[in-house]
Amino acid sequence: MSVASQDTAIRTGRVTRTLIYLVLLLFALFYMLPLYVMVVNSVKPLNEITGGGMMNLPQAFTLEPWAKAWSSAQIGVDPTGLQPYFWNSIKMVVPAVAISTVLGALNGYVLTKWRFKGDTILFGLMLFACFIPFQIVLIPMARMLGLIGLAGTTWGLVLVHVVYGIGFTTLYFRNYYAVFPTELVRAAQIDGAGFFQIFWRILLPSSGPIAVVSIIWQFTNIWNDFLFGASFAGADSQPMTVALNNLVQSSTGVKEYNVHFAGAILAALPTLLVYIVAGRYFVRGLMAGSVKG
Amino acid sequence: MGFLDIDNTTKSYGAVEVLHNVDISVEEGEFLVLVGPSGCGKSTLLNMIAGLEDITSGEIRIKDKVMNGVHPSKRNIAMVFQSYALYPNMTVGQNITFGLEMHGTPKPEREKAMKNVAELLQIEQLLDRKPGALSGGQRQRVAMGRALVRNPDVFLFDEPLSNLDAKLRVDMRTEIKKLHQKLGTTIVYVTHDQIEAMTLSTRIAVMYGGYVQQLGTPQEIYDSPANIFVATFMGSPAMNVIPARVAMEGERPVAIVALHDGSTTSLPFSQDNMADWNGRDIMLGIRPETITDEDAADRNSANIAQMTNRIVVTEPAGSDTFVTMTLGGKDVIARMRSDADVRPGADFPFAVNMEKAVAFDPKTEMRIVP
Repeated sequence: MSVASQDTAIRTGRVTRTLIYLVLLLFALFYMLPLYVMVVNSVKPLNEITGGGMMNLPQAFTLEPWAKAWSSAQIGVDPTGLQPYFWNSIKMVVPAVAISTVLGALNGYVLTKWRFKGDTILFGLMLFACFIPFQIVLIPMARMLGLIGLAGTTWGLVLVHVVYGIGFTTLYFRNYYAVFPTELVRAAQIDGAGFFQIFWRILLPSSGPIAVVSIIWQFTNIWNDFLFGASFAGADSQPMTVALNNLVQSSTGVKEYNVHFAGAILAALPTLLVYIVAGRYFVRGLMAGSVKG
Repeated sequence: MGFLDIDNTTKSYGAVEVLHNVDISVEEGEFLVLVGPSGCGKSTLLNMIAGLEDITSGEIRIKDKVMNGVHPSKRNIAMVFQSYALYPNMTVGQNITFGLEMHGTPKPEREKAMKNVAELLQIEQLLDRKPGALSGGQRQRVAMGRALVRNPDVFLFDEPLSNLDAKLRVDMRTEIKKLHQKLGTTIVYVTHDQIEAMTLSTRIAVMYGGYVQQLGTPQEIYDSPANIFVATFMGSPAMNVIPARVAMEGERPVAIVALHDGSTTSLPFSQDNMADWNGRDIMLGIRPETITDEDAADRNSANIAQMTNRIVVTEPAGSDTFVTMTLGGKDVIARMRSDADVRPGADFPFAVNMEKAVAFDPKTEMRIVP
């Protein structure tokens, strides 16, 4: 950014500027507050919370609630902590994100560079997947999973999330590839590259920004999904979100708020991490092609 | 049988026919330019030779082998695109050798071929760069390198110079011509720029509305255009086409043309067969450079006609001065020496080289062949 463009057309006074930043700061604090509460209370002994003073900093700092939430808290019938469910979620999310992103990229490639009669209608139909509420498909999906023998398994959940995700990923990649120069594909054809070679060697290496968008979107949605996890998972394939619910909702004994806070943060951490690592590509990817580079 | 035969080839999209029975035979080593305004079908024809578009009917043959339905990569052709179409994720070197790699050429041979081409085009120092870090002219060279490296039977160029600025365009034009002379390859080149067509080609196909209007050497196209479209499309400024009436002065057929004030002048034809058109209307075609002052008239011409007409506008262009007058009710441009004493509003004695004039049938717009 040049120096000249930082000057505003009508001179904004120092006071106005300070006011604006003050208000912005206030809003930022307001939105950070829940995170503060969660972090602070997850490192306190339980008696500090039950004694009131949720907003106070911990007097006795402890990581015990984290350890308990991770490995020994009572979830359902077993005192396993969230750990096994965390891996359940990973086992579900990674293949589901990978498969739906690759399929979306392939769909986008075919819908823009290998056009056929009725391709726009097909694309329109695929877009419907983005608008169908989850609740509607619960029963038919349960029946389908039963029929193909995937009910109560991680792969069943992967299938459900892939099917739901393809609509979005196809939308992303199709729009991204629509502005990708077709002459490149033709040049590669003349050079002798086949359908998949063009895809792997020419298109995919240029798809970084949109792949990041697709991965963040899919990862966040699938990791955070509760309804499908609660409906279709078996006892040994329940994802993190369901386990967290079981942890917090368990009605026996004392409510260990510090453990609950720690568990909730653990459950939110992966999506947060993905966003922090790849977030700047997210905005860049969503904006790609909107202005001449 | 030529080297590349386009035999009665037609292209339709649904019920719409966009190319009508194109017949062109290209000899080995020829530089054929397809030229025409946008939408004339020239790029479609090129894509059909490349195999990027289907052939609706007819045949395209390269070295007597029918290419209909043959995959682009198996036709032994190479194409340079308007946007260069360099793979953005690969280095210049990888761009050049990608085609060889896809055809299974072993790595040492690829490296050798790449070195040769890089040397030929003087792009050795660019081999490790990405296309994004190159200037327009450099990209152009790389695109040509990618085509050259495969040593194809036919080169196809799709408006390769239209993305360059004016000066670079002229330089690259010379470059391409040099390359053609050096390598003697067969080239089919698409452009909408008639100067590119004239300077580069050994033969030109002028296309309009899906038809090849005329196929011939640049000189044939320029001196003996087949119809009014070709006459006005080729050449800059365009050929003047003026309504005239044929009359006889003794044995000699002449064109009677209206001057600016409504009076007429007679311009004698060199073609005797114009006598057949006695008393009928024609369209008279005169190139701007054949209307001059008397001193600059072509001394080798046997038929210089004189006429005095009023100058409307003068446009000095440095090397020449363009003079606009009214002739036959139309604006007519003459190309004069820059030191000719011309002033707007003055009456000036012009010399017209009628040896170079052509006549068109006003109904069919075809040239009346002498």
